Amino acid sequence: MPEPPAGGARGDGGAPRPVVTLESPQFQVRARRPRRAEKVAASAFVVALAGFAAFGGAYWQGANNEWLGGTLGVGFVAFGVAFVVWGKYLMPRGPFEEPRPMMAVTPDEREALVADFASRGKVAIRRRTFLLKLMGLAAGVFGVVAAFPLLRSLGPLPRKSLYKTKWRKGSYLTTIDGRRVRTSDVAVGGILTVFPEDDVGGAISQTVLIHVQEGGDIVTRPGRETWGPDGFLAFSKVCTHAGCPVGLYEELTEQLLCPCHQSLFDVRAGCWPVFGPAPRPLPQLPLYVDSAGYLRAQAGYDEPVGPGFWERGGTT
Amino acid sequence: MIDKLFAWFDDRLAISRGGRHLINKIFPDHWSFMIGEIALYSFVVLLATGVFLTLYFVPSAHDTIYHGVYRPLQGQKVSEAYASTIDLSFSVRGGLLMRQMHHWAANIFVGSIVVHMMRIFFTGAFRRPREVNWMVGATLLILAIFNGFLGYSLPDDLVSGTGIRIAFSILESVPFVGSYLAFFLFGGNYPGNGSIIPRFFILHVLILPLLILGLIGAHLGMLVRHKHTQFRGRGAREDNVVGTPLWPGFVAKTTGFLFLIAGATALLGALVQINPIWMYGQYRPYEVSYAVQPDWYMGWLDGALRVMPSWEIHLPGHMVPNAFFPGVFLPGLTFTLIYLWPMLEARFTGDTAEHHLLDRPRDRPLRTAFGASVFAFYFVLFGASSTDVLANYLSLTLNFVLWAFRVLVVVVPLVVFPVTYKICKELQATPGAGQRKRFNVVVRAAAGGYAVEPAPEYPGYAHDEPEPLPVEEIDLSAIEEEDRAPAGVYRIPRQYR
Repeated sequence: MPEPPAGGARGDGGAPRPVVTLESPQFQVRARRPRRAEKVAASAFVVALAGFAAFGGAYWQGANNEWLGGTLGVGFVAFGVAFVVWGKYLMPRGPFEEPRPMMAVTPDEREALVADFASRGKVAIRRRTFLLKLMGLAAGVFGVVAAFPLLRSLGPLPRKSLYKTKWRKGSYLTTIDGRRVRTSDVAVGGILTVFPEDDVGGAISQTVLIHVQEGGDIVTRPGRETWGPDGFLAFSKVCTHAGCPVGLYEELTEQLLCPCHQSLFDVRAGCWPVFGPAPRPLPQLPLYVDSAGYLRAQAGYDEPVGPGFWERGGTT
Repeated sequence: MIDKLFAWFDDRLAISRGGRHLINKIFPDHWSFMIGEIALYSFVVLLATGVFLTLYFVPSAHDTIYHGVYRPLQGQKVSEAYASTIDLSFSVRGGLLMRQMHHWAANIFVGSIVVHMMRIFFTGAFRRPREVNWMVGATLLILAIFNGFLGYSLPDDLVSGTGIRIAFSILESVPFVGSYLAFFLFGGNYPGNGSIIPRFFILHVLILPLLILGLIGAHLGMLVRHKHTQFRGRGAREDNVVGTPLWPGFVAKTTGFLFLIAGATALLGALVQINPIWMYGQYRPYEVSYAVQPDWYMGWLDGALRVMPSWEIHLPGHMVPNAFFPGVFLPGLTFTLIYLWPMLEARFTGDTAEHHLLDRPRDRPLRTAFGASVFAFYFVLFGASSTDVLANYLSLTLNFVLWAFRVLVVVVPLVVFPVTYKICKELQATPGAGQRKRFNVVVRAAAGGYAVEPAPEYPGYAHDEPEPLPVEEIDLSAIEEEDRAPAGVYRIPRQYR
C-alpha cells in the first residue's frame, strides 16, 4: 500500500521545516468561540460542585439510594464534562507528532547482549556444573514438597465419596423439617423433596419423591419391579448434566424439568432424559412402604448420583 | 513552594530526566481508542467500590439467624455471607449504591474489554510488534471473567449458589484430574466443608485483582514502549504518532472520561437495580428458581451448556462427561485461538513486518469476515443462555427454542461470513466510503458506462486539519511574557475565529 505523503513538519531531507510560531494553527484552541466553551466548562464545574454538595447532604440525611447515587452521578458526570470541554476545546488543538522507533533490534544490539550473557555465564556457571546440579536438585525437591500443602491440604481425596450417598437400606424418607414421610402425606400429582434422616438438607442425598398414581406398583424399567410401591417414585434430585436440583415437576406430562439448562426427564420411564443436554437418567431410589405406612428406602442408590466424572465408568 | 518540593524530589529521583519525554507522549484522537480507557476506569471504580464492600462483607458460610431491617427475612437461618450482604445493602449508608455500582462496573469492565478486543482485532492492532500485548489483554479478559464470576458468587444467594454448583460439575468433568480439582477447591464433595465462600473471597479481593493490576501495568507499559497505533490520516506514518500530547490535552480529556464513567456507573447504581439478592433468597442446595442465569459474560458458556446435545464419551471404566465439552473444551479452544491468532494470521498471510498503521476492517475482508463470524457464534450462544425466558416470553415451546438455537449456532456464523466478506468488498469499491460528509455521484459516461465518484466539496465543508507539528516544538512560554491571551485563552488568529 502506498505511504501517504509525509507531513512537511519533519526536516528530514526535502521540505524545509516551517517556522513554528504562536500563530501556528496547531497552537490554537479548537473552540470557534472560546469564551462560550469556557462558560460551558465553568457551568459544568458549578453543577459538579452542586452535585457533590447535594451528595453530602443526601448522605447526611440518610436519603435513599436514588438520591445518593443520583447526586453523586450528576456530580461526577458534570465534573467529567467540564474536564472534557476544557481539554478538547480550550487547549492547543494540535495535531502534534512524535517519532516512533521501530521495535526490532539490530543484529548488533542482540549480539552484544547475547555475547556478554554467554561469556559471563561460561565463567560463572559452566565451570561450576556441580553447584548447578545441586541447586537444581534442591529446587526440584522444594517444588515437589511445596505442591503438597498447595494441593493435598485443600481438601480430601475423592476416593469413593462420589459413588455414595447417605441413603441406606431402611432409611426413612424425611422432609426438610425432619418429619418422616407417610404415603398419606403426598397427594397424587404431588412432589416432595426428601432426605435420609441423618443428612437432612444434604446436597448430594437430596431426592425427589413423586406420587404418580393412586395405588399400584410402578415399574419404570425391568428389574425395578418393586421400586415404586403404591404409585410412589423417588429419584435423585441432582441433575446428571451439571448438578442443579431438578426442581420443576410437570404434573400433566409427568416430567421433571431442570431449570438450569432445561433437561427434561420422563418420570414413568425411570426419569429417562427426553430433552436437553442431560446425558443420563436420574438414578432411582428403590422404595417400600413399611407396616406403619412410612416410605423407606429398600437400599441406597445403585449408581453415582449427579453429573459425570472421569472415574465414573460405563452407562446405566 | 511547589517548585521547591519538586526540586527536592527531582534531585533525588531525576524526574526531569525522561519526564519531558513522558509528557510528550502522543495519544491519537480516535474514538475507538477510548474503549480501552472505559475498561481501565471501570476497574478504578471496581477497586474503589470493592474496598468499601470488603469493610462490611463477611466471607463465611456459617449459619446465623437474621435480625436486620429487612422484614421478610426476620428470624430466618441464613449464612453470614448472605446476611452481611443484605445488611450492607440496607443498613449501611450508601452500601446499596456501592454494591450496585460495583456490580455494574464489573459488567462494564468485561464488556469494554470485549469491545476493546474487537477493535484491536478488526483493525489489526495485534500484529507485530504487539502480539505479546494482545496475549496480555486476552489474559486480562480471562481474569476479568473469572473474577466477575467469583464476585457475584460471594453473596451466597439462590442464583449464584446454583452457579457455584454448576462450576463444581464443570470442574468435576475434567478428564483424569476433575474430581480431585473439585474436591481440593471445595474442600470435599459438593457443597464442600464451607470453605468455598472464604476461598472465593480471597481470590476475588486479593489474588485476581493483584494479577489484573500487574497485567494492566504490563499492558500499559508495553503501550508506552510501542507507542500507539494509528489510523492512516494526515501526517500519520509508520514511524511517527500523530495526536494530542499527554500534557495537558490528553490528561484533561482522560480525567474527564474517568469521571464520566464513574458518573455513569453511579447513575446506574442509583437508578437501575442489579442483582437484588433479597429477592432470590438464601442459597440452599436443594432449592432452585426459574430463569437461573449468570451475569452476561458467562452467558455464552451457559448457552453452550444448554445447546450441547446429550452426548458423553464412555470408555471402559472411565467417561468424559457432557459438561466437559461446553464447559471446558469450548472455552479452552476459544482462548487458545485468541492467544495464537496473531501468529496464525502471520502464518496465513506471510506478513511478519512491523505494523503501526491500522487496517480499515474492509481492507482485510477475510479477517473481518472471520472475526464477525466467530463473534456471531458466541453471540448466538449468549442468546441461547435464555432459552427458557425466550420460550416463555414468545409463547413458544422450549423444545422449539432449543432446537432453533442448535440450528442457529451453526447457521448464523456460516451466513455472517460471506455477508461480511461481501460488504467489505462493496465498501472497498465505493470511493470515499467511511470518510466524512462526501456524497457519491453516479456519473454516466458518454459511452454509456457508469462510474461512482465523490461529489465536489462544498466550500468550507471539510475540516481544515493542520499538518502535525513535532511535539518537541511545543513552547508556549512566550504567552506568559507577552500576555497576548486574556483569561488563559490562547490567542485565536482571525481565520480560526
